[in-house]
Amino acid sequence: MDLNYTAEDLAFRDTVRAFLDANLPKDLQHKVLNHKRLSKEDYVRWHKIVAKQGWVGTGWPVEYGGTGWTAVQRHIWEEECARAGTPAILPFGVNMVAPVIMAYGNEAQKRHYLPRILNCDDWWCQGYSEPGSGSDLASLKTRAERQGDYYIVNGQKTWTTLGQHADMIFCLVRTDPNARKQEGISFLLIDMKTPGITVRPIIMLDEEHEVNEVFFDNVKVPVANLIGEENKGWTYAKYLLGHERTNIAAVGRAKRELQFLKRVANKQQKNGKPLLDDPLFAAKVASLEIEIMALEMTVLRVLSQEGAKRGPGPEASMLKVKGTEVQQWLTELMVEAAGPYAMPFDPAYLEGEHEHSITGDDDAAPLAGYYFNFRKTSIYGGSNEIQKNIISQMILGL
Amino acid sequence: MDFNYTPEQQQFKDALRRFIDKDYTFEHRNKIVHSDKGVSDDAWATLTELGMTALPIPEEQGGFNGSAVDMLVVMQELGRGLVVEPYFATVVGAQFLKLAGGQEALLEQVAGGELKLAAALGEKQARHDLSDVSTTAKANGEGYVINGTKTIVIHGGQADKIIVSARTSGEQRGTNGISLFVVPADAAGVSIRDYRTLDCLRAADISFDNVQVPTSALLGKEGAGWDILDAAADYGATLLCAEAVGAMDALNAATLEYLKTRQQFGVPIGKFQVLQHRMAEMFMQAEQARSMATLAAVKVASADATERRRTVSAAKARVGQAMKYVGQQAVQLHGGMGVTNELPSAHHFKRLTMIELTLGDTDHHLARFAAQPGFKDAA
Repeated sequence: MDLNYTAEDLAFRDTVRAFLDANLPKDLQHKVLNHKRLSKEDYVRWHKIVAKQGWVGTGWPVEYGGTGWTAVQRHIWEEECARAGTPAILPFGVNMVAPVIMAYGNEAQKRHYLPRILNCDDWWCQGYSEPGSGSDLASLKTRAERQGDYYIVNGQKTWTTLGQHADMIFCLVRTDPNARKQEGISFLLIDMKTPGITVRPIIMLDEEHEVNEVFFDNVKVPVANLIGEENKGWTYAKYLLGHERTNIAAVGRAKRELQFLKRVANKQQKNGKPLLDDPLFAAKVASLEIEIMALEMTVLRVLSQEGAKRGPGPEASMLKVKGTEVQQWLTELMVEAAGPYAMPFDPAYLEGEHEHSITGDDDAAPLAGYYFNFRKTSIYGGSNEIQKNIISQMILGL
Repeated sequence: MDFNYTPEQQQFKDALRRFIDKDYTFEHRNKIVHSDKGVSDDAWATLTELGMTALPIPEEQGGFNGSAVDMLVVMQELGRGLVVEPYFATVVGAQFLKLAGGQEALLEQVAGGELKLAAALGEKQARHDLSDVSTTAKANGEGYVINGTKTIVIHGGQADKIIVSARTSGEQRGTNGISLFVVPADAAGVSIRDYRTLDCLRAADISFDNVQVPTSALLGKEGAGWDILDAAADYGATLLCAEAVGAMDALNAATLEYLKTRQQFGVPIGKFQVLQHRMAEMFMQAEQARSMATLAAVKVASADATERRRTVSAAKARVGQAMKYVGQQAVQLHGGMGVTNELPSAHHFKRLTMIELTLGDTDHHLARFAAQPGFKDAA
């Protein structure tokens, strides 16, 4: 047993650190490290910097422009990005639709979309969930009827993350209403500029516009935008979900946020002393820190079993549950640490319009919003209850 | 990075499991537990033959120089098999001897299975604080005279020699002035009250009434025993974490089996989602505990004492949380059967509960973790 990184891994980490030192713009870093809001331009700017380095497709095969990294290298990259405070490379194109195009798309689709995804020429969003189809995704109702060279799409998608910026949406649509519910679904790529598409914002608990409803009213989609075979979309959807959970434990970010939590708890006072000197609060932080240590070890154990193979098995469900519990616990303690200074809502500060928050500690100002935002993590990507179903059925055989 | 066992570790594990499955069955164990001695000489002889007593001992003294990671494998199997023999007490005692140095003859006897040890560290007022020592050792012309009482000494009644912490100077609750001694269990003035614990192990309260020991009984330097004591206790806590992981594995396996076979309302109860989720959480708790037990086994040998303390306390605290959850839920999911003394599961639960109380509970280790230098530093 050897829990140290190999010399090659350490050299790789140095390379990554050097790249981040030289290329991560300070203004972007400042926003991320201080929980400020990111614009579309912020995401695109960082994506293109990484694309220039050739490091966007961390899980992609080299033939499509991927890095061909091992699971451990991907982990190191993600951890270092989190440590440095980079914006995320949004997963919708790179980690979600791209693997499906690679596995099931035709040559024309691969040639057209994959380079554009790597370079962020298209902003992708996901059209899976519907108002009546969440965990029971296969019950989706959005219809696509074939008329000659086109599908006519009618229906509604929801929880479309950052869809307000999107150029393209990948959708699950029902092409055979008479088949068993999993068997009549197809996988369509739809240009968001097509007439008949309406995007309506949904404002979340933190009053941020992060998700949307997307309405389709007789939207004409070329048959050329069908992935694979008609009515086989469920197979592709399941394949995609297997990829979605990569890095979902987000240990790197948790480690960074733990430091942030301590910073806040050192600045806030209780009984005339830093809050972190309070044994009750220190014990909570200690418990959380230990949970992050355990999670990191568990992630590494899963990765080491997986080797260079793409996508962990049902163990990913464990990482999702424990990872999101840690994230939510972190934000909960952050609010607790901030105390009354978590109460004021200061969107101008969050948007970077003024340098300091209205009152109290600048660090404390975004934390209530952050806490409310992170309640989503145990719901999205397959709720934690669904993950426990997967663990009990796939791992435990119940 | 490599989390796999070496072929040697795998061999130890397999040999131990074969022995337990064949000759240390639950029924056999129950006979041992209810015998007068509470332990089995035959089982000890087999553990010795299998190389278990030699495993952690240096090669120069006839051992295999096994690391804490090697011991992780062994302790998991002992935890799974509910072994009540004084193995843990002996190897922790041996760790004191290794750390102190100059105890080659005794280590050789441990390797050969001829010497059983126990560490008498706790006192009535001390709770989990091992630096709270009121037992005294006063130097005289022939060596030292020890006075005081130690409580809940695991396998103290089965040991041939006892490692004792005693104060040669300093305040009662200070780390300076603690000295360590090796005392024969049959020395004049030593009285041992042996009793059973609820998890079917043995413990003892041991009184030292003007016990005269020679200068050669001193481990390390006079008054400077704390560093050895602290490190050896961390080693012990690490072994307990591993034992707990083995016990949790056994509990989870038994509970899972029960969920698949026990029928209610015409279906196996494992078909009920609320129980599936409980079982999934038990599985995840055990995996998080395994991660920390593994990390502790690697870091307990660290030359950096802060890193060692931090990691071992993290492990003991996290394992403590996991074993409480797994133990309680295993009982609940077994229903009425879970509250009887008849199932091995009941005994795994009891053992886990006692492990929580040995060498520092979860709260003790959370506080110790938070007290390490660096905890309050923030980016």
